[in-house]
Amino acid sequence: MNGVHDMGGMHGFGPIPIEEDEPIFHEDWEARALAMTLALAGWQRWNLDRSRYAREALPPADYLSMSYYERWVAALVDLAVENGLLSGEELRQGRAALDAERSDPPVTADRVRAILSRGVPTAREVSAVPRFSVGDAVRTRNIHPAGHTRLPRYARDKCGEVALHHGAHVFADAHAMGQGEQPQHLYTVRFSARELWGDEASPKDSVHIDLWEPHLDAR
Amino acid sequence: MTQDSHSHDHPHSLLPSDPELRVKTLESLLVDKGLVDPAALEAFIQVYSEEVGPMNGARVVARAWSDPDYRARLLADGTAAIGELGYGGRQGEHLKVVENTPELHNVVVCTLCSCYPWAVLGLPPAWYKSSAYRARVVREPRSVLREFGLDLSEEVEVRVWDSTSEMRYLVLPQRPEGSESLSEEALAQLVTRDSMIGVSKVLEPGRGDQ
Repeated sequence: MNGVHDMGGMHGFGPIPIEEDEPIFHEDWEARALAMTLALAGWQRWNLDRSRYAREALPPADYLSMSYYERWVAALVDLAVENGLLSGEELRQGRAALDAERSDPPVTADRVRAILSRGVPTAREVSAVPRFSVGDAVRTRNIHPAGHTRLPRYARDKCGEVALHHGAHVFADAHAMGQGEQPQHLYTVRFSARELWGDEASPKDSVHIDLWEPHLDAR
Repeated sequence: MTQDSHSHDHPHSLLPSDPELRVKTLESLLVDKGLVDPAALEAFIQVYSEEVGPMNGARVVARAWSDPDYRARLLADGTAAIGELGYGGRQGEHLKVVENTPELHNVVVCTLCSCYPWAVLGLPPAWYKSSAYRARVVREPRSVLREFGLDLSEEVEVRVWDSTSEMRYLVLPQRPEGSESLSEEALAQLVTRDSMIGVSKVLEPGRGDQ
């Protein structure tokens, strides 16, 4: 979706807010927000791509005014309701419905480290032959889907060169939309800075972006 | 914005808007319903507060500086070589290491969200997640790097890596001069988080190993 989350190249955000000796969490609630997001993912009612889409789908003005973990919390609540873990009434009351069945959490403390060390790998074996090889000239598609996409706006309809091939990976654009994994070959494509930003960019510089086969055409 | 203006599509607006109160209410709801285990929440927080952080990536870099065979394996297959040191998993399932040289400087971003190699660097700093960094580093990397105190010559090539997939990028910084006699452990002390994101150089020997 063409949301405000797709920030590459935008003007007006000012200097980088560098903070010396920054703590891992600025507030205790940020740590709780992180932990709840990881724990609730254990219900497997949504995947990581869907989570990212839920954050992107926050109203643009809210997205920009919220901090990182505020976005996480908002998206988490939206997903929990959409997937039947919580009800609107429970949110309004701030407590569990009287007739709510008590569940057994799928993620218990003793499983946390194993879950984190396993992670969620996205590489998949596919029989499809990769359409591109390293060194191939490609052009990104000019697409503007209303749903999730990992092809940033600043890199659409641009010419690049395949720099790396990573095999096939779960296709985030489909996976976020409840359309299954649909694994596709994944490449890192090199774009010269001048192709993306014009002649003011340094002729030496480039941006490397990971893109799936459906984002690319041969040229 | 009023609390209810998006309540139809966005149930989160039914909770208090103050973040601390919102999180507290949510947590008590989730615990009450048995949706999360309070002890599991503590365990997640402990892992990312104490067990996983930039010291992991620093050990990878120090090993690469000390052992040419390891360096070769690391650049060829980051996931496997980093796995040799016991790191991987969540937000480090697929790792690619990119090497800085006198002629080439690499810097990492995620313009669409804030993807970051948690397994080797821990949780990202606020500036990495900021709109300013996400918006600017792809378009004007050299000015952004100058804000971090890194003034690169026009002769140096700058490569920006926008983490749009589940590949996670780690920069292998240049080993500093004067570090030839240092042990792997002392080398790791020179490697900062920011040098592995690519917004600064590593510390000079004699400064970081005190």
